[in-house]
Amino acid sequence: MPNRLPLLLGAAALAVALILLPHQLSFSQQEVLVFLVINVLVVASYRLLTLTGEWSLGHVVMVGVGAYASALISKQFGVWVPLSMVLGAAVAGVVAFILSFPLFRMKGFYFLIGSFAAGEVIRLCWKKFRYPFGGPKGLKSIPGFPDITIGETTFAFWNAVNFYYLALIVVAVALVFLYRIEKSRLGLTFHALHWQDKLAESVGVNAWRMRMTAFVAASFFAGLAGALQAHYLTTINPTMFDVEPMVYVLIWVIVGGTATFYGPILGVVILTVINEIVLRELGVDQARPLFLGAILILSILFLPKGLESLVPKIGGLWKRRNKDDGNSPGGETEKA
Amino acid sequence: MLELLLQTGVNAVYAASYMALIAVGLVLIFGVMGVINFAHGELYMLGAYSVFFFYVEQGLNFFLAVAIGMVFVGAVGLLMERALFRPLRDNPLGGLIASIGLLLCLQSAVTLGFGVRSKNVNPPIQKAVGFGIDGVSVPLQRLYVVIAAVALLVALWLFLKRSRFGWALRATAQDSEAAALQGISLNQTSRIAMFIGAGLAGVAGALTAPIVPTEPLMGHGVIVTAFIIIIVGGIGSLEGAVVAAVLYAFVHTFVTTFFDGTVADITGLLLMLIVLVIKPTGLFGTKERA
Repeated sequence: MPNRLPLLLGAAALAVALILLPHQLSFSQQEVLVFLVINVLVVASYRLLTLTGEWSLGHVVMVGVGAYASALISKQFGVWVPLSMVLGAAVAGVVAFILSFPLFRMKGFYFLIGSFAAGEVIRLCWKKFRYPFGGPKGLKSIPGFPDITIGETTFAFWNAVNFYYLALIVVAVALVFLYRIEKSRLGLTFHALHWQDKLAESVGVNAWRMRMTAFVAASFFAGLAGALQAHYLTTINPTMFDVEPMVYVLIWVIVGGTATFYGPILGVVILTVINEIVLRELGVDQARPLFLGAILILSILFLPKGLESLVPKIGGLWKRRNKDDGNSPGGETEKA
Repeated sequence: MLELLLQTGVNAVYAASYMALIAVGLVLIFGVMGVINFAHGELYMLGAYSVFFFYVEQGLNFFLAVAIGMVFVGAVGLLMERALFRPLRDNPLGGLIASIGLLLCLQSAVTLGFGVRSKNVNPPIQKAVGFGIDGVSVPLQRLYVVIAAVALLVALWLFLKRSRFGWALRATAQDSEAAALQGISLNQTSRIAMFIGAGLAGVAGALTAPIVPTEPLMGHGVIVTAFIIIIVGGIGSLEGAVVAAVLYAFVHTFVTTFFDGTVADITGLLLMLIVLVIKPTGLFGTKERA
């Protein structure tokens, strides 16, 4: 148990830093921070699907399904917003379940393109049908998250900082779930399907059902992220969920790396900081996709395992410097 | 009603011809190099912008500008092969990811160079050709696209079937390892495939520049269409790409005319989904390659 202490201290330091963070930022940076937290959930849920070895191009549309469903449920039926958010996420899960029937007849590149087509059909339906989806202009005046009063103070969630705390709690809980899924027997089966699908099937793993489970769970959490987005912005439209944000999700995940749980999160945090803070400060607004594209190309050429592959190296350096008593190779195996 | 049907058919032939140029290039690149080039729509966009630059801004002859555009985009293709796809040959998803990065770079570079607004390219000749039936005609500019597409595709077909380079290309597409063992240079076949594939996308963009709005994001819709076509046609098949381009163009044009554009897009995507579910290798595909 002595090894747990630095981990706990680190987690506590991270929590304090995350709580203090928004107060150090400008208003527009606080807005960016809210979306960053939501996007952490988007990439972490995306990773759950990539565990099975399948890459989807419809994940952002699943975020949209959650957003539209939660917005419509709360707006049309007057359902309490926290409940409608969970229902919205569930709708995304149900849509993913239905799509599993055609989509998981395909694998690899075919699944990639098939998921794109299915997502695009859903998105075009939002654009096409003015009722109930609002057509190209989308939905407006979606009810916000209800105020919470604790004692004397009331937290209103149109405020970026308060919504940031709310999103932080929701996303943290979701991440715990995603982490538990990955470390469970189910998650191990996903890994098995990725690396040895024929072997896994021959020992009795139902590949279709496993892929479906991963897709449904990933879409549920994507939908939850979408619901957060919808009730923060109070307006959504079909363009928010088209190919461009999907390309960004891919970039975050690939630059971060998919071998570890923290890889995609690392990717989204670092790239968002570069994109929204460094490049915006430099005033090169129109050139920002150029930089992101270049980062993607350079990382696939020179860092194909992603930013996460740098972490053990940095950690190793740190460890070696700390305990210079000669048994450094033992530390690695102990941890594994 | 008959005129409307005929006119829609004429429009569909035009759409089929430039889509076939783009899709055939995409299939050629995939067949020889095993790379799904997501930046193919941006090569089309570069073709359109080279016409804007050489024909509108520099005042060159339109057809000369188209030829320059074709060679220029082909050269961009060569550069992509050398800088991105060759180093990533052993990484199955690498080429695809690199081309997504390049897509963003090219869009952004063109936006910086020419602005976000769409550019107006006046057609060199405004005339339309009739067919002896009232209400049915085709603008000469669209006829050029059809003629160029047929000529280029026939030339490509002859090149692939009759020339030694063409044989090498087809051998590489069938089995690159065996081809390499026979002394075929994979670097050279990749270069040729990339030059031709990119050049075809470039010429399609160059010829359609006066017809469609020339803007940095114009490759967006084109790449989606091209993917639908190569999936429906069978992902490694050139003949399949041509047939699927004709099929898709007719379905899309007729649904657009009688319903609207969004319904036509949905129909096209559903067509692809149905093919993927029923016969993932497409109409003409023989083996699975992913």
